[in-house]
This record gives sequence, structure tokens and C-alpha cells, in this order.
Amino acid sequence: MNRLTYIVLILTAIFAPWIATHDVTAQNLIMRYSAPTAEHWFGTDSLGRDVFSRLVFGARISLEVGIIVVAVSSFIGTIIGSIAGFYGGFVDKFLSGYLFNVFLAFPGLLLAIALVAFLGAGLNILIFALCVIGWVGYARVMRGQVLKVREYDFVQAARALGASNMRILFTHILPNAIQPLIVQASLGMAGAVLSEASLSFLGLGIPAPAPSWGTMLEEARGLDTLYSAPHVFFFPAIAIALTVLAFNFIGDGLREYLDPKQRKR
Amino acid sequence: MEENGNNLISLQNLKVHFKIGGGFFKEAKVVKAVDGVSFDIKRGETLGLVGESGCGKSTLGKAILRLTPITSGRAMYKNRDIANISESEMLAQRKNLQMIFQDPYASLNPRMNVGQIIGEPIQTFGLQRGKSVEAMVQDLMETVGMSRRFVKRYPHEFSGGQRQRIGIARALAVDPEFIVADEPISALDVSIQAQIMNLMERLQAEKNLTYLFISHDLRAVRHLSDRVAVLYLGKIVELADGKEIYKESLHPYSKALISAVPVPDPEIEAKRERIILKGDVPSPINPPSGCHFHTRCPYMIEECKRQTPSLVEIKPNHFAACVRISSDRPNIEANEKDGLGAIGS
Repeated sequence: MNRLTYIVLILTAIFAPWIATHDVTAQNLIMRYSAPTAEHWFGTDSLGRDVFSRLVFGARISLEVGIIVVAVSSFIGTIIGSIAGFYGGFVDKFLSGYLFNVFLAFPGLLLAIALVAFLGAGLNILIFALCVIGWVGYARVMRGQVLKVREYDFVQAARALGASNMRILFTHILPNAIQPLIVQASLGMAGAVLSEASLSFLGLGIPAPAPSWGTMLEEARGLDTLYSAPHVFFFPAIAIALTVLAFNFIGDGLREYLDPKQRKR
Repeated sequence: MEENGNNLISLQNLKVHFKIGGGFFKEAKVVKAVDGVSFDIKRGETLGLVGESGCGKSTLGKAILRLTPITSGRAMYKNRDIANISESEMLAQRKNLQMIFQDPYASLNPRMNVGQIIGEPIQTFGLQRGKSVEAMVQDLMETVGMSRRFVKRYPHEFSGGQRQRIGIARALAVDPEFIVADEPISALDVSIQAQIMNLMERLQAEKNLTYLFISHDLRAVRHLSDRVAVLYLGKIVELADGKEIYKESLHPYSKALISAVPVPDPEIEAKRERIILKGDVPSPINPPSGCHFHTRCPYMIEECKRQTPSLVEIKPNHFAACVRISSDRPNIEANEKDGLGAIGS
């Protein structure tokens, strides 16, 4: 089921232009708040735009934000966290003692809102803001893992066998430390999708005509709409929920695949 | 101990101290894991290192290979002080000094297959290139008694004994002269222990290896070692030929340790005299004054609390560190003050 959601989501994002039935920005004021019909599968919104087509293109935005944010922030977090855990001492004291704590002390979404407010709304700014608040979680997990794995005998063995620090870090420590990061990344993907929707909902994400799921929810916010045209918020809400759920379960699959002990012989 | 051209390894007053704890509000404590150890290891011999857990055996073994930072002292390898050379100079020496680890489950990277594990040192030292790495790996596998078919398998697919063979093959890959074997058999079944010990003996004969054999298994040490050093709380208390130390140990601690080895004959076992020590090993954070052993020694006198005995030659090639033992009086003469209640049968 999760795999299905995931595959559907990815295919939808890739083939959005072929799947969408209407132009996502085409307004049709006569057809406002139309209930689902054969013409408009998920109905239309307050400006008569096709909800189904907007959802399809919204998947692109959600995935784009999720993938880029997770890739960039986990990469930065892995590097900084590994350095802190591997070298220890003053390096670790500075990184995990000061830098991590400064970032953890800010409420994440508030910091993102501040950044977006300061730099202006837009897809790139949104991704940047989410990376700024996102990397420290990966760094913290990675530091703890590296701290643990570097004491293993096989790391000592590698040192005794003349391996350089870089080799020890990249071939011995990281592959054995990365597992929780994969789980963290799948959760982070869900988190990024949610944060993007939240910021867009608050009007601080992707500017209006673009079909972000958060923006769609925001447009359906009025109490009247909830009663008279529930399809306008129902479908984006379901899309967000399913996406977040699916990402939360991908981590398990990846972890099983990456662990040679669980790989089928 | 005098200089000898035959010595491969020579430790001189080697100390490994760790700082633990310590933070904003409290001062760090110092653990004296190895506290002034001196001994020589001759080329081609096996020196057994015995002692209770926590006495610093493994730390000493790792310190010789610089896997743990040395606080002070000298560790001579072929008249080169490897305790005080730079990290890059040490890297070149690592080819000659290898280690076999205690836990064969933890000492192999679970994400590398056997070929990669054994092949790693061959590649890092550039001993072979390309296809010949694999050939060398397979030769090594045969040397340690493993089928070359297993080259693509992962560590979790092997038993403890086979993993230990992989670990030995990895250590042999760089063709070392000296190997620290840190309790190489204590994680294995008894039947496998014998196999691994025989393998180590055979390799020693074939490749003229020198071993530091660390163990708390006194029978294994007796079987493998030419000489035996007894470690107590980071200090050597006795050092002698393997046979001699089992027949007539001098230091009260060694006596107690050796008397604890069970004899497989029930009649002899029943009559055997055992020395049971009081209490546990004191913490190396705050070791007792004077002779570290005085808190548990049945022959303790006032002087033991004040005077730290040094390791002296009592008989030819038989060293012991005890205030009450000297070359004139190699045996402690019991007097009424001795806590003989601690000795039972």
C-alpha cells in the first residue's frame, strides 16, 4: 500500500503534464466550486480551476522540495556530524556544544518563517530555509553514530592496518553509521513536505498561482467552503497525509535493502 | 634489563593514563591503565601476558601498536622508539606490527566481504595491484585453513572460529613480524580454541612470527607461551619462563592466579591447594599506595603500604616485584602476622 502510494506519487510528479486534464491556472468563474464530475474528477476550486490537475502538479512541488531539502540537509548534516564525532575534542565541543545547540534552540518553523519573510517568498528561498533548519537533526544523529562506531574493533583493526583517517571514516565508519540517517531522511522527507505545505498555507511558501498543496488548502480555508464544497480541501489534505505516511514507511524498506544481514541470499 | 640485539620489542617504563569524567564542575580523574611497564620480547618468541580483567592487558597491547595514546615511556621496535614517532612515520611501521582481536564478531566490518576485508591492507600498503590482490587474498585464506570459495561472503555468514581465521589472515596480509593477539580465543568454543591456537603455532613456525599473547586463560598461555608476564593493576608483578612460572611462581599474586587453574583430574583437583584472594581488583582510578597488591595480599606487611616494589631479577631470568622477595630470599617466609586465614585448601 505504501509502496503503491510512493510509486503513484513519483509517477504522478514525473508525468504530471500528461496526467493533468486541465491547465492548472486556467480559471473558469462560471464553474466555481463545482462538485466532482466526469469533466472535473475532483471538482473545481473558488476560481473554477481543476482540483485534480492542480493536485497532480502539486505532487511535483512537494517532491521537489522534499528531495532537495533532504538531500542537501542530510549531506551537510552528515559531513558536520561526522567531523564532530570523528575528531572529538575541541572540534566536537565547538560543533555539537555551540553550533548544534544554537540551531536547536530556534523553533524550526519560526526560523523558516523569519528567513522567508526576510528573503521573500519563492521556491528556492523556501528550500533554503528548510535546509537551514533541517541539517542539524542529521548532524546530531550522525555525530552520535560516528561516536559509537569509531570505537568498534574493526575500526581499530583498520587503523592497525594502516588505513588513513579518510579511509577509516568513509569505508569503515560511515557505511556502518548511516542506517539511522536513512530513517531520519525518510522522516525528514515527510517533515519537509509538511513544512512546505504549512508555509504555503501561511502564504509564506510558493506564491499563489502555483499549485502547492498547502496553497490549495489555504484557498479552501473559509468556513463556507468546508460545508458547501468539501472536495476543495479534502483532496489536497488526503494527498498530504498519504504522502507523509508513505515517506515514513520508505525508510524501513531502504534499511532492509541496505543491510546485508537482511538481504536475501 | 640489559640491551640485547635479539629483542624485537622493548618496552621501557611505558605508561598509559586516561582522563575520565571531568567537566565544568569537577576535576577529571586519571585511570592508570598501564603504569610503568618494562619488558622485552625476543624475536620469534611468544610472550604471554596474563592478569584479571581490568588490569590493563588489552590497553598495553593496544599501546604497543599505538592504537591508544601513550602517556609516557618508550616502546622500542628494532631500536626505533615507536612511542615517540609521528603519526605518518608510525603508518609505515604498521606493516610490521599487527593485531588479532578478541571479539571476532566486532573486529570485522560487517559491510565488507571476506575478499575486501583481507584485501584492504594489501591495497592500502600497495603490496599488490589489480587481479593479483585477489590471488593473494585467496592464498592467505588457504594459509589460515579457509576455502577460497568463501571470498565473496560476508562476516555474518561465518562461525566465530572462521571469523577469527579471517582476522588472522587480515593480520598476515602485510607479512608482519610482530602480532599482538588480544585474547584471540576467549570468545570461542573450547574445541575451536585448540584449532586457533594450533593455527597460531603453525604460522609462528612458518613465518617466524613474534607474539604478545594476551589472555586470562592460563592453560592457553601455558600451551603457547615461551615466557609469561603477570600484570596486576597496570604493573608487571612477575616475569619468567613459562614452565618456571607455573612450577614455582614467586609473587603471591601469581601464586594465587596459577592456583586457580583447575586440573582435569578429579583426585588431584580435590587435593589441590588453592589460594583464594579477598575481594576484587581495586579500581585503577585510585590504586592502593605502595604495592598495588597489598590490599589483597595474604603476606602483607606495613612496608608494603609505603614502598612500591620494582621488578628485580630474583633468579636467572625470573623477575618479580615484591618487597618481601629478594635473590637471597626468593620465598616469602611466613610469620604469625601474615593473614594466613586467606589461604585455604
